Amino acid sequence: MSSLPYVQPAILADALSALSQQRLVPLAGGTDFYPARVGQPVADGILDLSRLTDLCGLSTSVSGWRLGALTTWSALRRAPLPAALCALQRVAAEVGGVQIQNAGTVGGNLCNASPAADGVPALLALDAQVELQSVRGTRTMPLGQFILGNRRTARAPDELLTAVLLPHSGAHTRSTFHKLGARRYLVISVLMVAARLDLDDSGRVAAAAVAVGACSEVAQRLPLLEQRLAGRRLDAALREVPHAHDLAALTPRSDVRASAAYRRDAALTLVRRALGALCDE
Amino acid sequence: MNDRSRPAVQPIGFELNGRGVQVAVTASARLSDVLRDTLGLTGTKVGCSAGDCGACTVVLDGQQVCACTVAAGQVHGRRLTTVEGLAADGTLARLQQAFLAHGAAQCGACTPGMLMAAADTLARHPDPSAEQVADGLAGVLCRCTGYRAIVAAVLAAAGGPVSLPQAAPGRAVGARVPRLDGAARLDGRECYAADEAPADALWLRAVRSPHARARFRLGDLAAWIASHPGIVDVLTAADVPCNSFGIFDAVKDQPVLGDARVRFHGEAVVALVGTQEAVSAVHDEELPIEWSVEEPVLGIEQGLAVTGAPLHDFAPDNVLVRGRVIRGEVDEALRRAAFVAEGEFVTSHVEHAYIEPEAGYAMRMPMPDGGDRLRVFACTQTPYMDRDEIARILAIEPDRVQVVPSAIGGGFGGKLDLSIQPLLAVASWKLKRPVRGVYTRPESMLCTTKRHPARMRVRFGCDRNGDLVAVDFLGDFDTGAYASWGSTVANRVPIHASGPYAVPNVRALTRAVYTNGPVGGAFRGFGVPQSTFAHETLVDELARACGMDPLAFRLRNAIRAGQATATGQVLTASAGLVACLLRLQPAWEAARRRVEALDPASAGALRRGVGIACMAYGIGNTVIANPSTMRVGLRRNGRVVLYNGAVDLGQGSSTVLVQICADALGLPVHLFDQVTGDTDRTADAGKSSASRQTFVSGNAARIAGSVLRERLLALVCAPADARLRLVDTQLQVGEGSGTRSLDLSALDADRNGDVAVGEGSFDPPTTPLDGDGQGMPYATYGFGAQFAEVEVDIELGTVRVLHVEAAHDVGRAINPTQVEGQIVGGIAQGIGMALMEEYVAGRSDNLHDYLIPTVGDVPPVVVHVIEDPEPLGPFGAKGVGEPAMIPTAPAITNAIRHATGVRVTRLPVTPDRLRAQLLGKAKA
Repeated sequence: MSSLPYVQPAILADALSALSQQRLVPLAGGTDFYPARVGQPVADGILDLSRLTDLCGLSTSVSGWRLGALTTWSALRRAPLPAALCALQRVAAEVGGVQIQNAGTVGGNLCNASPAADGVPALLALDAQVELQSVRGTRTMPLGQFILGNRRTARAPDELLTAVLLPHSGAHTRSTFHKLGARRYLVISVLMVAARLDLDDSGRVAAAAVAVGACSEVAQRLPLLEQRLAGRRLDAALREVPHAHDLAALTPRSDVRASAAYRRDAALTLVRRALGALCDE
Repeated sequence: MNDRSRPAVQPIGFELNGRGVQVAVTASARLSDVLRDTLGLTGTKVGCSAGDCGACTVVLDGQQVCACTVAAGQVHGRRLTTVEGLAADGTLARLQQAFLAHGAAQCGACTPGMLMAAADTLARHPDPSAEQVADGLAGVLCRCTGYRAIVAAVLAAAGGPVSLPQAAPGRAVGARVPRLDGAARLDGRECYAADEAPADALWLRAVRSPHARARFRLGDLAAWIASHPGIVDVLTAADVPCNSFGIFDAVKDQPVLGDARVRFHGEAVVALVGTQEAVSAVHDEELPIEWSVEEPVLGIEQGLAVTGAPLHDFAPDNVLVRGRVIRGEVDEALRRAAFVAEGEFVTSHVEHAYIEPEAGYAMRMPMPDGGDRLRVFACTQTPYMDRDEIARILAIEPDRVQVVPSAIGGGFGGKLDLSIQPLLAVASWKLKRPVRGVYTRPESMLCTTKRHPARMRVRFGCDRNGDLVAVDFLGDFDTGAYASWGSTVANRVPIHASGPYAVPNVRALTRAVYTNGPVGGAFRGFGVPQSTFAHETLVDELARACGMDPLAFRLRNAIRAGQATATGQVLTASAGLVACLLRLQPAWEAARRRVEALDPASAGALRRGVGIACMAYGIGNTVIANPSTMRVGLRRNGRVVLYNGAVDLGQGSSTVLVQICADALGLPVHLFDQVTGDTDRTADAGKSSASRQTFVSGNAARIAGSVLRERLLALVCAPADARLRLVDTQLQVGEGSGTRSLDLSALDADRNGDVAVGEGSFDPPTTPLDGDGQGMPYATYGFGAQFAEVEVDIELGTVRVLHVEAAHDVGRAINPTQVEGQIVGGIAQGIGMALMEEYVAGRSDNLHDYLIPTVGDVPPVVVHVIEDPEPLGPFGAKGVGEPAMIPTAPAITNAIRHATGVRVTRLPVTPDRLRAQLLGKAKA
């Protein structure tokens, strides 16, 4: 009987080397890994990332914010972030309960690629890029290209998602995140909406980003709506801009959490509310 | 299979509760398993293995995490605290004391996780707000308490030293005695069903049907076993001596293991027995099972239409049983009624979602005569019924089976049916080895019973004055694949279908319908929460039609002592609904006025509403005998022992029965020890269900205490009112110079060590119902009324319950803390039933798709305890366990009606359903 490896590297280079040599499942917070194996023994070789402290935490440089892939939701929730990243901090406060927030990581949330991943719409709206490393090198790509479908990503088996990169926003950027579930805490989203507005010096919308999650296989931006929002004044009329046809590209499904028709209807309400909330700030 | 790789074992060291430990385990093993199985620290509970319930919460490097989602290898070199590390030197920490004082632990299964989350919260926020506490506890589900007592306990622990209430000798009844089994639930010592088993026990895992209806053939199992090292046996139907069981003698329709066919998704087909590793490594598809899938019969309509062959040959119309109550002339009365309200109401499968999944072990015990007995240790609400049924399945005499109930991590009716016990029993009996098993959360949800979905067509009529004149109720209940408690539901509902009102004309007809759905069983209220949803909605409609306030309408019609129920039973006492309503009236009227004064124009999408609902509930079994016997002994060492056959699922019978017995005997509670549930050492107290233990076993405990008192007084020829005291082994009787003393240590003891014993039995008086359901089905009834204030987001269809106020007539509150705990916990389950709980087999068999209320979903609750004494009850008491949850859902839906004008006719009213109704109303 062969033995399944459990590799626990202390530095990234060793982790990438191990991944290049054998098939290993990267394990971070475990909050998706173990729930997928209820009642079953672990039958995978494991690359335990928990000692890679280099991949924890946030930093900022001229090129933007860098979130280490192992940054937990709790760390994000407590970090002093600019208002532009408010959407991300609201996600951090609404993912699961405290236990999940303490263990779950931003990188894990993206790599698990659940259609209901709370982090995805917020990071899409923040124009996030992901950084992937392997012994072959480093590449970055927009988050929208990284997640291919339900539980499918562009990560090659020998790659690790090492960081999420966020561009610096202007001084007048604000963002928010709204989550809808059937109970107060600890709930998988029926749907969620993230929105970001970049304002120019006159207070008009220079650029907008709106993303909807759990209404399609992968969370989606709403480019037509974003274009119509650009150039508008930041006032109460902004929340009247979105219309049902802006959501036409969404493909919500009916499941135990809600009907497809409801998701489409509620998505419009949440988009309007998100924009309204940004106006009220 | 043989070439399947397995994870390497490696040494892992960490600091555990302040001490360094080293273990050699699989690094990818879950920390929760390593704590429990390798280190023997079973205080950390496993409720779901998926991070959904938080029962396994531990504190790792100063942060709360779920131990079930942490790899053992990740803990190396780190600092871990579990519930066993909270209490220093055997003294409960302040937080634990606060839990005890506030009744924050009921069944105790979530308690270790809740304590660790609370400890983490207090470390972060030494002086927390209620919201910070809720945020900190948000990841731990509790199914018993409704959370408010837990939040209060955490706030109290932050506030300073906590004092525990004490009961004066002879004054235990009515006192807030902390749970007598509380300390063990707070420090991790309590032994639940998965916490103990013989070290050499084999493991059992059932392989279950992925189909709702199918036939199957088994291939060569002997060859399969031979090729799977570690598998000792694969049990099939052929291994079960008598392969059928059921609640009632008339219908034993459920097999232990499916015999060539299955009737529901999750039915056990074969059972793997072997090493834990071997049975868990098998993928079900590997087994040689050849399926022939058939079209299932799902839902009441398909069941009644008998699409396909009937479920069981003995029920060609798929009807298990019909219930019937007829009184007066309903059609005529409805024709003459000034107002008639009618509707069709639908409810869903509801899962008990106790935090402890089923578990246990069975082992043969040699007898002196050379034969064997079987001991079964498991979580159960009914040890004596289990004993008899296990004996029947094994085809042996009942006295050859001993059932030892574990501590029970919640039941609510779900542990009234056999689940894992017969599998363990058959395996152990056949293989002559101890065999244990633990259900996973999905397995527990798939294969155990559910609340019956109901479809009810109901008409209520009243006259011009607002007096109810007639009720016409037709209710069908989906009892699923097997009978279980279906006939109890079908027979109980008609008696309750007209609500807690005096109605001269009633026609209530029910059917329990077989389908290929999950087995409909017992669940808090036996169908009455469903029928109450229907009648309280219609009573609200009639109040509106009459232009009356909903509370005033109910007050006018509330049944009073001297009036007859639908079965013609004239209530003679303890009918406290009027008192409940009068107690709620000022707050109700104030809330309605406040809400109706709100200006919708300034509320955006939010609408407030206040709704009320009432209930009545017969305490104990319907008609059929439900006796209880209790024994109490005085030991030579000066301790009193209550031999208590009533199992405590968390509701508190182990405390309440001692309080009653102690006052009857005249000695303080702290002198009592207990033997609980063990069928070899206690008498049959009947099942812990139907809200009967306080009333029925309470009487037995009272009588037992009185009998022992008489015997002790007779020993020293003391008068009946003489005071008893125990000083070490000296029993002192009487006062001052007249005190007589008896040295217990000098007396002869029986085989239990008791020098004197009292025994008491009680069986509530009932009479059979005639063909029209007329008679006296219960000895007494519980009554209650609740109002709820809600906020509806009309754009999203979401509902927040802002406040609940409840008044319940309990006869006498033996322990007010526990009565309040039952009421708030019942309200939490009512909130779940109203707004979020719907079980769909194979789709929501986990605790993230099946939602139960979290700490953020249960609002502040004001509880009014009404005490209209029941002359038959112990010290006037009757039951409250089920009554507490019955009116909550309709109070909420009536509040939604008040807020939005939408009448809710289907539960749960999820956001998508309510939004659809709101859109429909806007169109209309």
